[in-house]
Amino acid sequence: MIVVDVSLKFRSFELAVAFSSEGGVVGLFGRSGSGKSLTLNLIAGLTRPDRGRICLHGRPLVDTQAGIFVKSYRRRVGFVFQDAQLFPHLSVRHNLLFGRWFSPQGQRAIDFDSVIATLGIEHLLDRAPAHLSGGEKQRVAIGRALLSDPKILLMDEPLAALDLERKLEILPLIENVRDEFQVPIIYVSHALDEVARLASQVVVLNDGRVAASGPPGQVLGKGDLGHDRFERSSVLTARVGDAKSDYGLTELVHPAGRIWLSGLAGPPDRELRVVVKATDVAVATIRPTHLSVRTVLSGTLRSIETDDGALATLTMTLPGGDHLVALTTRLSVQELSLRCGDQVFALIKTVALDERAVATTRRR
Amino acid sequence: MFSLSPEEWTAVGVSLKVALVATTVSLPIGVFTAFVLARWRFLGKTLLDGIVHLPLVLPPVVTGYVLLMSFGRHAPLGAFLADHFGIVFAFRWTGAALASGVMGFPLMVRAIRLSIDAVDRRLEAAAGTLGAHPLWVFAVVTLPLALPGVLVGAILCFAKALGEFGATITFVSNIPGQTQTISAAIYTLTQVPNGDLGALRLTLISVAMALTALVASEILQRWTSKQYHPIE
Repeated sequence: MIVVDVSLKFRSFELAVAFSSEGGVVGLFGRSGSGKSLTLNLIAGLTRPDRGRICLHGRPLVDTQAGIFVKSYRRRVGFVFQDAQLFPHLSVRHNLLFGRWFSPQGQRAIDFDSVIATLGIEHLLDRAPAHLSGGEKQRVAIGRALLSDPKILLMDEPLAALDLERKLEILPLIENVRDEFQVPIIYVSHALDEVARLASQVVVLNDGRVAASGPPGQVLGKGDLGHDRFERSSVLTARVGDAKSDYGLTELVHPAGRIWLSGLAGPPDRELRVVVKATDVAVATIRPTHLSVRTVLSGTLRSIETDDGALATLTMTLPGGDHLVALTTRLSVQELSLRCGDQVFALIKTVALDERAVATTRRR
Repeated sequence: MFSLSPEEWTAVGVSLKVALVATTVSLPIGVFTAFVLARWRFLGKTLLDGIVHLPLVLPPVVTGYVLLMSFGRHAPLGAFLADHFGIVFAFRWTGAALASGVMGFPLMVRAIRLSIDAVDRRLEAAAGTLGAHPLWVFAVVTLPLALPGVLVGAILCFAKALGEFGATITFVSNIPGQTQTISAAIYTLTQVPNGDLGALRLTLISVAMALTALVASEILQRWTSKQYHPIE
């Protein structure tokens, strides 16, 4: 569906990125300055690459060898900017209809009313953008991009400027857009929880290069992403189990064991992704008893990273392929005499898992 | 005492006609030049910028003389326009309009360019990704957002054209009913005995017209900025 293989030198920054996707949501993940937004600009045609090619649905948008560069306004990509970029002199309705004025009339696959309903913006239609809150602006921006009948939606950190509450409000809307309108999406973010929640494929960028690529559970947990320790997380994909609980807990079934989540998380058998912070995971070499921790997952220790500091990063591979990262101390590693290849148990407190940020994966 | 003589009325009429035509004709050229200076990058941009601003820094008499040498009856450009299009500038009110338009042009371009510079280019990029051709982007995004500056530029040019004296009198002389504007009429009146009262009347008219233009620009600017930023 989309094939990207481009390189660009901009001052001292060098970008060389290659990935492809067959649809769904591709999460472009990485720290700021890693080249995520630049990659998105290249796909949108806002920047020219030095060399390489980009193909969308078999149509070359850029091919430096063949001398092809399709202008931005002919690409039919819907771009959602971090700060919405609504036209201040037009009402919300006219902002939404803007792309309609320029899209070919016969091929409108996306219906105005269903976009308005999905995004919940009926009551905003006659307002001026200056009267909208940050979250409302972003919803309108998503609607505006969708209504231009794009071949692909490019979202550049659309939630980065919003507070957590707004974020949790808009994330499910993006999920609905993904499921309802069947538009492929490239979603750029430095927030792991957003990428984990939305993406079916993750491309991790580091310093202008692809550091890792694959399903979120296998890519996002890896230890080589070099994040601040409080931002290190893993993503586990699990199904809602049948077990009923009188205590308001939901059982999630994962190949490595049962994960307990507070609150209700949808009907049985629904697939969910859970983000687990590395600082919230403890490790034991035998299955512990007499402990309040409810979630115990078994896995194989794949790597132990230590330096001269006090901390150690443990990466486990769980049955099913997900990676789980745990942060512990170098002393603990020594006292438990942990080695790569050991069978270990990962302990996760239920209260540490944010049930609000749990993602439902794409409906099939 | 305050009633104008027919000659004075004629001067007011010529002034208004000259300033209106000068502003109307130079506005589209001014908007285009401002856009080119604000958005395009090309070799010789500094030179173009300099040429546009030249009338602002040159002595008006020099500008008028350059116009006379280019657009006079026997000058190459003037003869060409007269022979092929029947447009004659020399010693006509059209020449006065040309001179005052040229003098007002830099003021107009400056104001418009500043307001185009202030339009967020990412808004234009957004319009582009929504499928709008660059010309449409200019027409429906850039120009409406730069409108306050366009209006200010037009009014500045109009005011400058109303008061233009040096370049006009050098280029097309001071012919009552043809090229004699308020400024030229005041100048003439100060050169004759008993002209003081007429000069005073025309001065008051000038002040009134300038004030009206300024107030109009203020109102228009407030109105347009209210359209885009209703909260502030």
